[in-house]
Amino acid sequence: MTGTAKLIRLILRRDRIVLPLWILLFGLLGVGTYASFEGLFPTDAERIQFASVSTDNAGLVALYGLLQGDSLAVLTSWRVGFVPMVIGLAALLTVIRHTRADEEAGRTELLGATVVGRHAQLAAALIVTATASVLIGLLTFVSMAGKTGNTGGSLAFGAELTVSGLMFAAVAAITAQLTSSARSARSIAVVVLGVAYALRVGGDISAIGDGGLTWLSWVSPLGWVTHIFPYGPVNWWPVVMSVLAAAIATNVAVELRKVRDLGDGLVASRLGPANAPAGLGHPLGLAWRLHRGLLLGWTAGFALLGLIFGGVGGSVLDIAESNQGLTDIFDRLAGGNGAGQLLDSYFAGIAGTVGLIAACYGVQATLRLRDEETAGHAEAVLTTSVSRFAWAASHLLFALLGPALALFAEGLVSGLVATDGNFGRILGGTMLQLPAVWVLAGLTVLLFGLLPRLSLVAWAAPVICVLVLLVGQTLQASQWLLDISPFTHVPHLTGGTVSATPVITLLVVAAALAAAGLFGLRRRNLPD
Amino acid sequence: MTEAIDAEGLIKRFGQVAALDGLDLKVRTGEVHGFLGPNGAGKTTTIRILLGLMRHDGGRASLLGGDPWAQATELHKRLAYVPGDVTLWPSLTGGEVIDLLGRLRGGLDPARKKELLDRFELDPRKKGRTYSKGNRQKVALVAALASDVELLILDEPTSGLDPLMEEVFREVILQEKRRGDRTVLLSSHILAEVEALCDRLTIIREGRTVETGSLADLRHLTRTSIQAELSGPPDGLATMPGIHDFRTDNGKVRFDVDTDALEPALQTLVKVGVRSLVSQPPSLEELFLRQYQRSDEK
Repeated sequence: MTGTAKLIRLILRRDRIVLPLWILLFGLLGVGTYASFEGLFPTDAERIQFASVSTDNAGLVALYGLLQGDSLAVLTSWRVGFVPMVIGLAALLTVIRHTRADEEAGRTELLGATVVGRHAQLAAALIVTATASVLIGLLTFVSMAGKTGNTGGSLAFGAELTVSGLMFAAVAAITAQLTSSARSARSIAVVVLGVAYALRVGGDISAIGDGGLTWLSWVSPLGWVTHIFPYGPVNWWPVVMSVLAAAIATNVAVELRKVRDLGDGLVASRLGPANAPAGLGHPLGLAWRLHRGLLLGWTAGFALLGLIFGGVGGSVLDIAESNQGLTDIFDRLAGGNGAGQLLDSYFAGIAGTVGLIAACYGVQATLRLRDEETAGHAEAVLTTSVSRFAWAASHLLFALLGPALALFAEGLVSGLVATDGNFGRILGGTMLQLPAVWVLAGLTVLLFGLLPRLSLVAWAAPVICVLVLLVGQTLQASQWLLDISPFTHVPHLTGGTVSATPVITLLVVAAALAAAGLFGLRRRNLPD
Repeated sequence: MTEAIDAEGLIKRFGQVAALDGLDLKVRTGEVHGFLGPNGAGKTTTIRILLGLMRHDGGRASLLGGDPWAQATELHKRLAYVPGDVTLWPSLTGGEVIDLLGRLRGGLDPARKKELLDRFELDPRKKGRTYSKGNRQKVALVAALASDVELLILDEPTSGLDPLMEEVFREVILQEKRRGDRTVLLSSHILAEVEALCDRLTIIREGRTVETGSLADLRHLTRTSIQAELSGPPDGLATMPGIHDFRTDNGKVRFDVDTDALEPALQTLVKVGVRSLVSQPPSLEELFLRQYQRSDEK
């Protein structure tokens, strides 16, 4: 354990921006949600109506967990029920970043040769992550206790978030010992998280139905934390179980660390083929190998989104009939032309949201080009008979068609699941987001081609679009501000009138941006 | 076509810094050409210009008779390149990378691939992320050597290999050399390797060519060191032109002598009477050190 304090300082230095950011964000999410619910439900009747409809809604239960009560505080903690999973994700990524990722990169070896104990690295990563989780809980406790006056409930609420971080930090500590690659360690931990989520969804949905599979929630760590029910029938047992589980998992990780050598994993890396398959002989074959995981993951994720959004859609009418505030929100999400067609407005709003998420995929896939450049892989390919254009095009094919496939999956599933919606219009409205997605991908190509060192600035584009959407929702923002986002210009198939002009304009803009980027790529140094 | 690479007065600027400042490089077809220089001298930049990855700001460059920038993709079918820092795709196996790069170049000889894998003792079934630096380099070397190309551009190809594998590398390159139709540009820091493999070499420093020629030409520029036991006093030897660092101790003398002054110096020694003589041939090492160190003195 010698040197742990020094390593903690190193982690704090490396994460000095991200760490405070996620502590603040997750720590204040509860009180922020509370405040927005206060505005959303001005009367008790509206709130109680919303609660009673939500209690039995499968889509909402899948997303947030079971709802036990109808007070403002109960609704708040229920609505934050998705956050334990996000905190778990942040915790596991942090732990692996400071353990296995460092070890794989050889940085651990550098540190291990100095006066640093064998367990110091794992200890430092866990201490930092655990402290961050405790701070999130503490912030939640203080802010919510101040707002609601309910000390016991707020303590349980804070504990719910803290133990989520603790458990998945410990899970990551174990997976970091298993394989020699950080990527596999991360994937295994994320799969554990995904399975925990799926089990909770299964158990909770069973609980609002026949109740036969309720036990599923109790084999999932995420099920435990969402069954604490702060402000409702508080149950402290899950807190105790979670802390015990985290402690046991941490001990397992320490024991595993003892029996393996530096750099090795407990599971040996599998050997692969000695020869390339026939398809791996041209740029497109290589791009498929590099993009297929991303494509599969995003498409599956989007199908899941479709399931949830489509499932929730059915009860939107019930919820909103009694609540003008909610109707207004969907109206504004849909761009203000919902004209009271509530379900249409809902699906138009969902299409816009899904489009923004797809844009993130588009940006990420386009930035693979830059990753390939900085990693030195581009040099290897471009000194063969592959031209720069062919190389870029092979990646862009996935950056452009990948989001198309993902959007199609979401629209298809959502359209099939939504009982009251119009299938064709839901799917069509979702696909109409594609030109706006391509504008952001085109912008990324432009940066990559002309200002390669600023490629990562491309991530600002989806962030700005989200801000525009949020601002447009809450304020009466001026039109020019809204117009910045290409998503503002997407026509709404569900509930709106469709015109081809904006679609064509967006396509032309996307093509022009990408063409300018490719022109720049042909002329610049590579690597730059 | 007698010159595979012909660059004259190459200039490349990165912002304010001139990475290349009038560099000349001529590599004759069929020869193994050593390309030497201290770190940061501009070796990799030169290679990247020749490969059409970067554009030069001044001077002239021709590769296999073509323009390395404008005709990059056609020229690349006729060459193979091993970068100094080989990185592999983490999820592809070594064998897959070798096949991929070979196919992208326009084909590779499976029998030759197998032979090279055996000689370099490389397991092609491992994933890219699990290879050590030396093994990553072997992957790139096998991919390059198994391709049927006219020109090999190797940027410090043995920097991660163990001495045994260095020897294998030398054998393979000598084999290529005997074939006579392949040109090799070999950037290296290992002098023994350059001495064993190269017909001619070019030394660069701070973006400029400082020496170029055959090993014999360059040896000419170096000094031989002499230790002798004499039967009489070494009169006048110390002040002869071309004699450096002259020391005498109990009838023994030690000095360094320029190649041009070797003969008169030996005649003087013989006149005095020689009981024993040790002469050390000029080493490349010394030459490089002298060339490299000049940049520090400035």
